[in-house]
Amino acid sequence: MTPTHGGPGEAPPVALRTEALEQLLTERGLIDPKAMNEVITTYETNVGPLNGAKVVARAWTDPEYRRRLLRDGTTAIDELGFSGRQGEHIVVVENTATTHHVVVCTLCSCYPWPVLGLPPSWYKDPAYRARVVKEPRTVLSEMGLELGDDVRITVHDSTSEVRWLVLPERPAGTEHLSEEQLVPLVTREAMVGVAKVAAP
Amino acid sequence: MTAPLDIEGPAAPPRSNGELVFAEPWESRAFGMAVSLYEAGAFTWPEFQAALIARIAAWEAAAAPDEPYHYYRLWLAALEDTLADRCGVTADEVTARTLALAQRPPGHDHRDGHDHGHDHERHHAH
Repeated sequence: MTPTHGGPGEAPPVALRTEALEQLLTERGLIDPKAMNEVITTYETNVGPLNGAKVVARAWTDPEYRRRLLRDGTTAIDELGFSGRQGEHIVVVENTATTHHVVVCTLCSCYPWPVLGLPPSWYKDPAYRARVVKEPRTVLSEMGLELGDDVRITVHDSTSEVRWLVLPERPAGTEHLSEEQLVPLVTREAMVGVAKVAAP
Repeated sequence: MTAPLDIEGPAAPPRSNGELVFAEPWESRAFGMAVSLYEAGAFTWPEFQAALIARIAAWEAAAAPDEPYHYYRLWLAALEDTLADRCGVTADEVTARTLALAQRPPGHDHRDGHDHGHDHERHHAH
C-alpha cells in the first residue's frame, strides 16, 4: 500500500477537498449554500435528544418549571427554545416509583424530534409498535427494564395531534449534581420510557 | 424530508447520546452536502448508502491495524463516487480545484471572490 499522506508532495487536506467539491457543486447550481447551511444547523442544533435532556434536567432542578412542563409541555419546552416541526402538541408525563409511562406510535412513528432527535430504529419496528401495547411489562423487560408488580404501566400512543415525552425519575444519589451535570445522564430511551436514568 | 440516516451498522454516522458528532467543520460541510443533494433529488439515499458501505469495506480491507478510522473521509469519498456516477462531477475536477485552492495566498479571503485579478504569470511551453 502506498501511503497517501506525509512526506513531500503531501496531498492537500481533506478540508480543502470538501471546500473544492462544495464550490464546484455551487457553481453548477446543484447545491444552494444557504439551504445547505440550514440543513447543517437543523442536524447540529435542532435534531438531538440533548434538547429533551435539558428539559428534563431543568424540571428536576426547578419545581416551578416542572409544574409548568406537566401542565403545558409545548409552551414550557418552547420556553427553552425548542420548537418547530413535529414539536407541536407535546404532552409530558412523569414517571414515579409507582407509575411508569412508555410511548409508542402504533400507526407510524410519530416522534417529537426537536426534543428527542431522530427516532431509534426499534421505535419504528412493527414488533415494538404492536406488542408494547398488549404486553408492555414483557416488552420492557426484554429491553432490559424490569418493573415491579406494584408499578402501574401506562402506554401512550403518539399521533400527529399529541406527542408524548416522558419525564423520567431523577435517580437517587444525584441530589448534589447541578442542572448542567444532570443533562448528560438523560438518555433518549429514558424519555421514551423504555429505560430509567442511571446515576453516574 | 429527512435523510434516512442509518442508526446502526457500519454506515451509521458517529453519534453521542443520539446526536450527530462532527469533529471538524469540514465534516459538517460534507454531511450537509450529501443531505442537501439527496433532498434535491440528485441521488437516492440507497445509492449513496451503497457507495458509503463500499468505501468502508474497502478501507477495512486495506487499513493498517493502527490506522485511525475517519468516518467522514469515507463519507466524502462515497459522495464523490456517487456524484461521478450520477452528476458527472469527476475526481480529477475535484482534485484540480483542490490544488487551486491550496495555491491561495495566506489570508486570502476566498469566500469574497473580489480579488481574482492577480493571476500569476504563467507561461506554458508548447
